[in-house]
Amino acid sequence: MQNHATRDLIVGLFVLVGLATLAYLSLQVGGIEFGAARRIRLEATFDDIGGLSVRAPVRIGGVKIGQVSAIGLDDESRPKVTLEVDDDVAISSDSSAAIRTAGLLGDQFISVELGAEDDALAEGEAFQFTESAFSIDKLVGRLVHDAGVSD
Amino acid sequence: MIGAIRELGARVTAGVEGLGRVARFGGHLVGAVPRPPSRFGFFVRALFDAGVLSVALICLSGFTVGMVLGLQLHTTLTRFGAEEGLGAVVGLSLVRELGPVLTGLLVTGRAGSAITAEIGAMKSTEQLDGLRMMAIDPLHFVALPRALALTIAMPLLNGLFIVFAIAGAYGVGVWRQGLDGGVYLSGLEDAVLFGDDVGQSLLKSLVFGLLLGLISTYKGHSCAPDAAGVARATTSTVVTASVCILLADYVITALWGV
Repeated sequence: MQNHATRDLIVGLFVLVGLATLAYLSLQVGGIEFGAARRIRLEATFDDIGGLSVRAPVRIGGVKIGQVSAIGLDDESRPKVTLEVDDDVAISSDSSAAIRTAGLLGDQFISVELGAEDDALAEGEAFQFTESAFSIDKLVGRLVHDAGVSD
Repeated sequence: MIGAIRELGARVTAGVEGLGRVARFGGHLVGAVPRPPSRFGFFVRALFDAGVLSVALICLSGFTVGMVLGLQLHTTLTRFGAEEGLGAVVGLSLVRELGPVLTGLLVTGRAGSAITAEIGAMKSTEQLDGLRMMAIDPLHFVALPRALALTIAMPLLNGLFIVFAIAGAYGVGVWRQGLDGGVYLSGLEDAVLFGDDVGQSLLKSLVFGLLLGLISTYKGHSCAPDAAGVARATTSTVVTASVCILLADYVITALWGV
């Protein structure tokens, strides 16, 4: 039976180590959250969202506070972005949301510039001020157009 | 001409009949799961043979694959000035594809073939008939613990493989190529998501384990009861299981919607 006990122990260890690697992959690498931090949903309407995609990060001064949860059109067919933001971050009601790009070709994210008001945005409220995606295409187009006009 | 058509028909029929036999075998196997007596001791032994004894192979292979990925991808990414992306590329390719598929193929060669050979040898020495004589269902006694062990062992070995490969790529990327360790790990953790990537990886390895368990025990049970038959069955397990794993990999990836 000695043999059996040792073997059972080794099998048990194998299962534990295997589960530990799966837990590492899920928790640390995969970033699953149990009892996820409570989040509130905010909305922001833009003229042009460029290449923004769902799950893009929302940042304040570079620090991640949430992510884009949905992208759609509002009643007037303007691009509307829904953001999920940690509810312990107070975002004053006159804050503005801008779509920025990390680096020249990097992924797009939403940068929140805090305002000065005391009261914070609550669940479901929308940003009053937004700044659309900066598009190199448009900039080049405008340059070419302006050059054409000045001739 | 008629003869050729008849030949074709016979082959198709034989193929469909074979599929039907596998399906019926699988059905019996599933039906045998809740049936007493519990074969837990046999299951543990099978888990030892299929899982524990594969650990060294899986860890070594994972580490080597990770090292090669680190070296190749770092060199290629540097050409585009994007070596910071190493963590993301290594993580996504390992978790989504390389981990489950390579683990599946390695376990097929290491454990699946052994199971077929073992059951085949038992069949050719009439041990399975002996069990039947004692009113013990050989499916329940021999095949089920092994098939279950493969199904359970596969995701665990997959996790081991991926973790060791991530470490291997870290070793080469950071210590040899001079990438920053934090950049590598944060890129990896940012890119890999639980639902899309790790979940897909787990589902794949579970399906591969099921497939291998079914194929290897079926081939053992259905092999011709002589030395040549065992040899053919073992070869056939490795070939069939490898092809099935690669096919299933594509199907799952496509259904998941990348």
